[in-house]
Amino acid sequence: MPMRARTKFIIGGSLVLATVGYLMASGIKETGVYYLTPTELAARITADHSFYNVGIKMGARVVKGSITRDVASQTITFRATDGTQTYPVVYHGLAPDTFTDEVDVVVEGRLQSDGTFHATTLLAKCGSRYEQVPGQAPAGMPQTRT
Amino acid sequence: MTDIGNIALWITFFVALWASVVGFIAGRTHRPELARSAERSIFVMWGLLVVAAVALMRALLTHDFNVEYVAAYTSRNLPVFYTWSSFYAGQKGSLLLWALVVSTFGSVALLVNRGKYKELTPYVAATLAIVVVFFVATMVFASNPFERLGFTPPDGRGLNPQLQNPGMVFHPPMLYLGYTSISVPFAFAVAALLSGRLDTGWLHAIRRWTLVSWLFLSCGIVLGMWWAYVELGWGGYWAWDPVENASFLPWLTMTAFLHSVMIQEKRGMLKKWNIGLVVGSFLLSIFGTFLTRSGVISSVHSFSQSNVGWFFLVFLVLAAVLGFGLLAWRWPMLEAEVKLESVVSREGAFLFNNLILIVIAFAVFWLTLFPVISEALRGTKVTVGPPAFNLVNVPLGLALLLLTGIGPLIAWRRASPENLKRQFLWPVTAMVVTAVSLAAIRMSDWYSLVAYALGAFVVGTVVQEFVRGTLARHHLHGEFYPLALVRLVGRNRRRYGGYVVHLGMVMLFAAFAGLAFKRETEVTLKPGQSVDVKSPYGWTYHITHQGVSQYEELNRYVTAASVDVLRNGKYIGTMKSEKRQHLDSLGRPTFEPSTAVAIHSDAREDLYIVFAGAVQGTEEAVYRITINPLVWWVWYGGLVLAAGGLITLWPGAQGPTAASRRRAEPAGYVAQVGA
Repeated sequence: MPMRARTKFIIGGSLVLATVGYLMASGIKETGVYYLTPTELAARITADHSFYNVGIKMGARVVKGSITRDVASQTITFRATDGTQTYPVVYHGLAPDTFTDEVDVVVEGRLQSDGTFHATTLLAKCGSRYEQVPGQAPAGMPQTRT
Repeated sequence: MTDIGNIALWITFFVALWASVVGFIAGRTHRPELARSAERSIFVMWGLLVVAAVALMRALLTHDFNVEYVAAYTSRNLPVFYTWSSFYAGQKGSLLLWALVVSTFGSVALLVNRGKYKELTPYVAATLAIVVVFFVATMVFASNPFERLGFTPPDGRGLNPQLQNPGMVFHPPMLYLGYTSISVPFAFAVAALLSGRLDTGWLHAIRRWTLVSWLFLSCGIVLGMWWAYVELGWGGYWAWDPVENASFLPWLTMTAFLHSVMIQEKRGMLKKWNIGLVVGSFLLSIFGTFLTRSGVISSVHSFSQSNVGWFFLVFLVLAAVLGFGLLAWRWPMLEAEVKLESVVSREGAFLFNNLILIVIAFAVFWLTLFPVISEALRGTKVTVGPPAFNLVNVPLGLALLLLTGIGPLIAWRRASPENLKRQFLWPVTAMVVTAVSLAAIRMSDWYSLVAYALGAFVVGTVVQEFVRGTLARHHLHGEFYPLALVRLVGRNRRRYGGYVVHLGMVMLFAAFAGLAFKRETEVTLKPGQSVDVKSPYGWTYHITHQGVSQYEELNRYVTAASVDVLRNGKYIGTMKSEKRQHLDSLGRPTFEPSTAVAIHSDAREDLYIVFAGAVQGTEEAVYRITINPLVWWVWYGGLVLAAGGLITLWPGAQGPTAASRRRAEPAGYVAQVGA
């Protein structure tokens, strides 16, 4: 007996859904990274030393006066803090316009076993605002990217 | 004047409450005087909101810095053009614009349908009034644009320089128009469910509206991409940012609806699904505003700082309960009139088209919310990047492109082998030839190759449809070919406008596929030094740093760096990129510096140069140089898309006669050619 069209569609649809489910799961697995504050990062490191050198994102604030720039090698170093825990950060590349003292930054990279954070990307949230609420995500706008 | 605005908001609030109550009673009791009262209330609300908007605009233009909103978003030295756009630069003004646009669309919908759909209109008025109640309540109770400060600052804080761009003047209102206009189809869907008039009447009433919303959303999204590209200076136009995704979600469900509605009109299927899509699109448009305005994704903690987020969340839940609750209540009345006969049919192609659009929407939705979900479930925030989005959406997008080609070719109900052969021969040939040619020139990216081959397939489909239709008119009516073409489109605007939209989509896909060949380098150059950059076409750009200059201009202090550019030894221009430090009216720096990108654009590729800064005290400059192939096709693809939408919308041929004629000859002119 030939299969009904409805059944065929349901089979086809299930295949699409299964594929997408698989792709989403693997996408999250491959590109998903922990987003931690310096304090949370420190807690993880204390609990599990193998957490060094794992790709993560860290959201923190730039310590005032800690930025040094070496234009020749395009290296930027600064200290990032959440008030309780502070990590030195090293970043190679161009910093976004909004990157200055005391702005909120999101750095993506790895914490080395010497305690420095090697960042591969550096995002700076708008220190002022599109909206007035301090620390709030810019409304309607993507963050400045590098 | 702001007092008048404030009072106008309060009166709107009560009028809207009245209209929603009276509208529902009128719908149930069929009392015409109550129905008239509800409808008139919509017009009154519109008038009051215009008064409020004028009051806010006047405060902005007269620099009334005692008003908190004016002080927060404008300054004395802000150009007038951008003072206008600061109306919707912040949350409070945006809410007012939203409410104003909803009431405008509501008024227009009631005027256009005056005397028609008598059982629906009271409910439509009531539903729209509820939407306005929500927005006005959010304003007067949580986020009032007319709120005054305890003191009057001498100058405002100014508009963020990144918003001082023509793209930002038009992009937000376009998106808002798209978001808000979905309220009308939503109101009609609710009215149809409440009144039990679930024949295709309500669909006819909103078919155009959904297209209008879709058109505004499309334009808004493309303008947003353009703004991000020319203003933000990161070298791209789409980054799967939560805010971008928020506008993409309702676009997907609207696109699905525009296709599935055809199945309901022609075959009486998918009634539940269509109502679900309209309700879903409305919820997603509210959700989009919620995302952009609450900051829930980027920072969970900022959520509590603004109770506007809670207003939106509550409204979202109420609207979902209302919409889907009614749908569940009327479920038995929405059975399909016929069954799907074959998967190899127009219906089958459209079903898969809808499935894929909705699956894309789901994937984008969950990936966007994943940081919030992971934090809620596991206590740790896990973020996913653009690669995850691309991994899922590139194959889905390609499948969709394939269906874009198949859909118009395949017969309704059940396609015969002869139908398939006659229809698919030339488009498939175009696809194969393209694929083989690209493989012959060793196109390295597999996905891109497939995208271009499928693009050729869709173009083949569209061209074949136009050619056959034109030839048929020529044979039947003896018209000249150009006249036959114009009349063909004119007499079947919905169909051929739709094909033009498909062409626009192919252009966009071609541009997206070009991203695989993007190249980027960062260099530090002293004046006179050069760098050579290879383009994917094999050309060489020879870029020579000229020097750095500094000067003051308008409301900013500019540091500009220039390069001379040669392509394969031929001079193509001097390009200047700027770092801008905006100043307030006293000449003090305000905001962080921003970047003006230098872009040399043609149909093949863009040379995109960002001046990242000068080495302290010298003219040695750091540049980021990006070669972006085919970006031009995004903007012009967007234009073609919009043109197709306009053709479809253009009044005249969409009346009942045209609709019945189409039903009488379902396969249109193609069938006549084949006969």
